[in-house]
Amino acid sequence: MSDSVLQAVGLCKNFGALEVAHNIDFTLKRGARHALIGPNGAGKTTFINLITGVLMPSSGQIILNGQDITGLGQAERSRRGIARTFQINQLFRGLTVLENVVLAIAERQGIASAMFRPLSSYSEVTDEAMELLSNFDLNEDALRRIDELPYGRQRLVEIVIALGQRPSVLLLDEPAAGIPSSESQHILDAASALSSDITVLIIEHDMEIVFSIADYITVLVSGAVLTEGEPEAIAADERVRAVYLGEVDRG
Amino acid sequence: MSQLSNIIISIIFDGLAYAMILFIISVGLSVTMGLMGFVNLAHGVFAMAGGYFVTSLMSVAGVPFIPALLIAAAGVAVVSLPFERFLYAPLYKAGELDQVLLSIGLVFMASASFTYVFGPDPVPIKVPDSLRGQVDLGFRSFPAYRLFMVAVGLSMAAGIWYGFEKTLIGARVRAAVDNRMMAQSVGIDVDRLFRFTFALGSGLAALGGGLAVDILGLSPSFAIQYLVLFLIVVAVGGLGTIKGTFVAALVLGVIDNGGKYLWPEGGAFFIYAVTIVILLLKPAGLYGRHG
Amino acid sequence: MISDAESRAYFSQRSRLKWWEALPWALSVAAFFVLPDYMAFGTQVLITIIFALSLDLVVGFAGVVTLGHAAYFGVGAYTAGMVSAHLGWTEPISALLLAGLVAAIVGFMSGAVLLRYHGLTLLMLTLATAICLQEFANVNEDVTGGFDGLTGVSFAPLLGLFEYDLWGHTYYWYSMVVLFLVFVVVRIIVNSPFGMSLIGIRENTARMHAIGTPVYRRLVSVYGVSAGIAGLAGGLFAESNAYVTLDVLSFSRSGTILIILILGGVGRLYGAFAGAVVYLVLEDELAKMSPEFWEFGVGLLLVLTVMFARGGLLGIFDRLRKVFSRAAL
Repeated sequence: MSDSVLQAVGLCKNFGALEVAHNIDFTLKRGARHALIGPNGAGKTTFINLITGVLMPSSGQIILNGQDITGLGQAERSRRGIARTFQINQLFRGLTVLENVVLAIAERQGIASAMFRPLSSYSEVTDEAMELLSNFDLNEDALRRIDELPYGRQRLVEIVIALGQRPSVLLLDEPAAGIPSSESQHILDAASALSSDITVLIIEHDMEIVFSIADYITVLVSGAVLTEGEPEAIAADERVRAVYLGEVDRG
Repeated sequence: MSQLSNIIISIIFDGLAYAMILFIISVGLSVTMGLMGFVNLAHGVFAMAGGYFVTSLMSVAGVPFIPALLIAAAGVAVVSLPFERFLYAPLYKAGELDQVLLSIGLVFMASASFTYVFGPDPVPIKVPDSLRGQVDLGFRSFPAYRLFMVAVGLSMAAGIWYGFEKTLIGARVRAAVDNRMMAQSVGIDVDRLFRFTFALGSGLAALGGGLAVDILGLSPSFAIQYLVLFLIVVAVGGLGTIKGTFVAALVLGVIDNGGKYLWPEGGAFFIYAVTIVILLLKPAGLYGRHG
Repeated sequence: MISDAESRAYFSQRSRLKWWEALPWALSVAAFFVLPDYMAFGTQVLITIIFALSLDLVVGFAGVVTLGHAAYFGVGAYTAGMVSAHLGWTEPISALLLAGLVAAIVGFMSGAVLLRYHGLTLLMLTLATAICLQEFANVNEDVTGGFDGLTGVSFAPLLGLFEYDLWGHTYYWYSMVVLFLVFVVVRIIVNSPFGMSLIGIRENTARMHAIGTPVYRRLVSVYGVSAGIAGLAGGLFAESNAYVTLDVLSFSRSGTILIILILGGVGRLYGAFAGAVVYLVLEDELAKMSPEFWEFGVGLLLVLTVMFARGGLLGIFDRLRKVFSRAAL
């Protein structure tokens, strides 16, 4: 299918006897705002780790833009257009916001391995970083260290780094995690403002965010796909409700 | 007995005795490193302290060998606790570099202190008469002390293994080594468990150090001299595993001994070559978990 | 609102030369005139700085902890020593370059194998590799001189003009020039995008993988370059001492250079200068008086540095500077 940008086919992963992904078939349509939901421990982050190459599947395939990327490592997949954010911030805490973003942009522009010219001579990298930061209102914080920023703004930087890679597929792993709901609006705005060129897969527990962004939802339970469909159908699905009965309902 | 098989048996037997010492000293290091992930180059200091404690008790207070070993083990175990609390604990979250440097610093301090108190020369030990001479096992005779070492080592290994695999506290240690956070969330007090393991490991090291005096010799440079060796045993065996430490000690002990015997000029080379090969193929060690 | 110009200035500020950077060089030059009798010692200090700089690239910037860096120092030393002793090669500069080249090649090859590993495994592998090299040198006595050391090392006057003299004057300037050139190269690397990516790898390797960095390749590159520089230091060592022993490959040498770097301040280039000078001067003074006192002191310094003064001497300077500038307000 030419309008599917990312596909998982029969994806399985086990650690010995522990099966964390069971025969997952998954299709991400181009330009979609696709949400992946499920109770804790359902294997959502594991799925992202399999897609990005942090984990190698026990069996199954991952296909990006028609090409089999199952055997490729993280860095190579990233260069082919997959970017992700982590559930717990993975930032360069001792560096400034600007440096964090510059690292990603320099890598993408292919100049990161240049040994003999000063970084300061690559003004196109800095300029692009500042522009990206401005889009997210992070401009004033550009020269501040990450660990000086409130957690919510750090979480935004996490997204900006991913965008610095100019991905075609962006995987957001619980972007609002750890942020009080009063501040999660910024994340919501950021996610909504993403260009339609970028296909987004978002894992979230915050149902407000899910239902306001997603145009398609997949429900994952115990490492397998329970069901998937448009938001209204999922909201009305009894099985989904049942699965969430034990969870804190934030919808 | 043919000449060749005699030599082979000697090499294996001596290597076995040597391996038992390595095991007893290193097992504590393996478990504590597996538990806390702390790279500790100073573990040999406990063995050294044990050696000096035993020799001092014997020469100054006239305490017999076996009781001296036990007292030294207990004493060092107790003294090791404030070490852990004030020097190591603050650095559990720190990087590897900091841990390496802190422990190197401690080794230097210990080595210098012991030189100051005991002098730089090797310390002799008077092993009890019952453990001297040869014992005839029928097909050939073996040195009594080394036989004693092998017996002690094997029984300690069995005892430690039993404690580790079959008791509740052993199960807790294994769980915490496997997944510290999970163990904590199940209610295991990992910090207290660690302190207990640390003390036990240090006490065992002291015991091993006392036993080692007759075979390896004892001087204030002991901890530095054997620093690399204990680390290698632990890395090759795998962190946090009794079986791993035992097998690694056996393999390395026999190879080191054999290598030096068969090839005096270059024999030391073998254990390092073996270490490299094993780690390249099994980065987590022979029986380690987290690769 | 931070302007584009300000953000660009941020990076150029950092790589610009600062006034105080002239100090270490001024001091080295001054030392020649003020302490002419100590030039042989001074040469060894300069050589140690070069060695420490090489280690800083790997440990300080890339965050790879190694206990076997003396392997490359030793390879450089033996290369220079052996071409002189066995091949009668007397031109010092080419011998030095050869030493660096051979060490770099060994560095790239060993790095390619070792850097697939991390943590304790890598630490033990670097350690074991250096020891194996030392044993290898020990066994091949006819080539390396074994335990007794390599004799018959001698080099012709530098550039045909400057005699090797008993007071170490020539070699002092020679080493200073080499140090200067090495430093310039290292400084450029550190301020480049490559250097920045090393810091990224150090700070958060997982993140670097995720943004598409070929981490393994970067690490092998810097490791090889670092090995080459260590080899240059070793080559200078062989040339200035006209003698090479197994000690150049020892664990003790690897450990000492790591200690020197930490005491001076890791990841800051000038930490290598501060650490080497302070350590070697103190060692020269104190170890003579009482070896145990010195050993204890180093151990204590290490423990204190790790617990309270992570940035080493330079870190302490920084903190003092902040205190003074606040006091001046």
